[in-house]
Amino acid sequence: MYDASPRPDLPPAVGVGFKPQHFAAIAADPGPVQWLEIHAENYMGDGGRPIAQLRHLADRFPISVHGVGLSIGGEAPLDRDHLARLSHLLGWLQPASFSEHLAWSSHDAAFLNDLLPLPYTEATLARVARHIDQVQETLGRQMLLENPATYLAFAETEMAETAFLREIARRTGCGLLLDINNVFVACTNGQTDPRAYLADFPLDLVGELHLGGHDAQEDDHGAPLLIDSHATEVVDPVWALYAETLAATGPRPTLIEWDNDVPDWPALAAEADRAARLIARVAS
Amino acid sequence: MRVGQAEFRAALLDPAAAVPAGLVGPQGGDAGVRFDVYRNNVVVGLSRALAEAFPVIATLLGDHNFAILARAFLRRHPPQSPLLAEYGSEFPAFLAGFPQVRSFGYLADVARLEVALRQSYHAADADPMDPARLTALPPERLALARLTLAPSVRLVASDWPIVAIRRFHREPGAPKPAMRAETALITRPGYDPVVTDIGPAGGQFASALAGGAPLGAALEAAHSRDPDFNPTGCLSALIAGNALIALDEEAPR
Repeated sequence: MYDASPRPDLPPAVGVGFKPQHFAAIAADPGPVQWLEIHAENYMGDGGRPIAQLRHLADRFPISVHGVGLSIGGEAPLDRDHLARLSHLLGWLQPASFSEHLAWSSHDAAFLNDLLPLPYTEATLARVARHIDQVQETLGRQMLLENPATYLAFAETEMAETAFLREIARRTGCGLLLDINNVFVACTNGQTDPRAYLADFPLDLVGELHLGGHDAQEDDHGAPLLIDSHATEVVDPVWALYAETLAATGPRPTLIEWDNDVPDWPALAAEADRAARLIARVAS
Repeated sequence: MRVGQAEFRAALLDPAAAVPAGLVGPQGGDAGVRFDVYRNNVVVGLSRALAEAFPVIATLLGDHNFAILARAFLRRHPPQSPLLAEYGSEFPAFLAGFPQVRSFGYLADVARLEVALRQSYHAADADPMDPARLTALPPERLALARLTLAPSVRLVASDWPIVAIRRFHREPGAPKPAMRAETALITRPGYDPVVTDIGPAGGQFASALAGGAPLGAALEAAHSRDPDFNPTGCLSALIAGNALIALDEEAPR
């Protein structure tokens, strides 16, 4: 049980996922952007341009480190080498926040480079809680756990995802990262109501919000199948859910994620500006 | 019905495998194409990582052929760690053994060059030494001195003109590669690696220096390969590449 404030030290303002091609534009004028998020695994080299850019940015902006490779939901023990690399990165960078996913990505010495789904059972609960305890103890800090975008479900699932996340946070003291696009994607794919999901979500534990774009396809039966691609603008229904969530939480650190088909800086800054205006509306 | 991660993983990497029973769609029916989203994510993501790591191989093979090879590779060699910047170190050997491209002997060596370039890009930073320290020493002391090379230095020896092939496929108007053995010296003067052909004897020289041999011994190693070898070009490339970071003289006995 890691005992610390569930609210990380990111400003309750808008941030973006940092892409190297935006380095000069951000250095010249970050616009509404007040903090930056990086993927931990891209900054685990020994040196060179990536580390130099990150050092430079960290002098000016609060940084959120977002892991995509820890496989917290994995059946196997956590990769100690990877945890050590993460500990090293967080040690020198001293970021404002660290977050990871409720998912697995490695099995039997293979890293599958995707955030794979979990059955919500007592066994998964015990395993994920054990892994988060290990992460928080090794890193010496609280982490945030993100709700996943899912495309299918497990017949063996015993509890709702919101109940699962609430119980994980209760057992481990971790905070939560609420990805509104993931809620919309997973609820559309599961044919459930995203508003019911959000009404059931423990919003008091949310230290960061994510917004991103998705692609729309259809499944074998012609039902909508949304893909969490991070390759487009945030869609209007997700902006609406975000605005409703902010009304309940007040200003919270909010990230625009755009990882594929990355646009030039003005397009990304425009998305950030839209989030900043919604945050300003709930700030009293 | 329980679906373990071993079963999930096996079906993920084998497009012909059945979707594990126990994975369901919204109405409790078969997961169907929903499972293919995960399959596709894995293939697209790792193929993209390989294409970014091996741009010259992708150009040499064409996008279509590269995609086929990448899919075959990633199914046989999924990444061993979440550091995708290290993914693909087995790709050169895979190319050397892949029946359809085995006759293009240079492919594997060009791929080794691309692996080395990426390692150099992510290597630790180091401050170069003042190159005047080399010229300040009389020849007999210089022969006994040892140079420390920057962590970003890499050497790739080949029976093929790998440096010229890479240049030909990257720079418009670059000369057509002539058949000869080349050794690529990679340095990183700033943040972008630079490739120079220093030839097989230059490779012997630089490799001996990298192994800690004194300058005189390194020169002898190069002369065993080419009696006419002159180290000036190789040393100039190392100096221009900010690749010499220390000079140590033999401690007096």
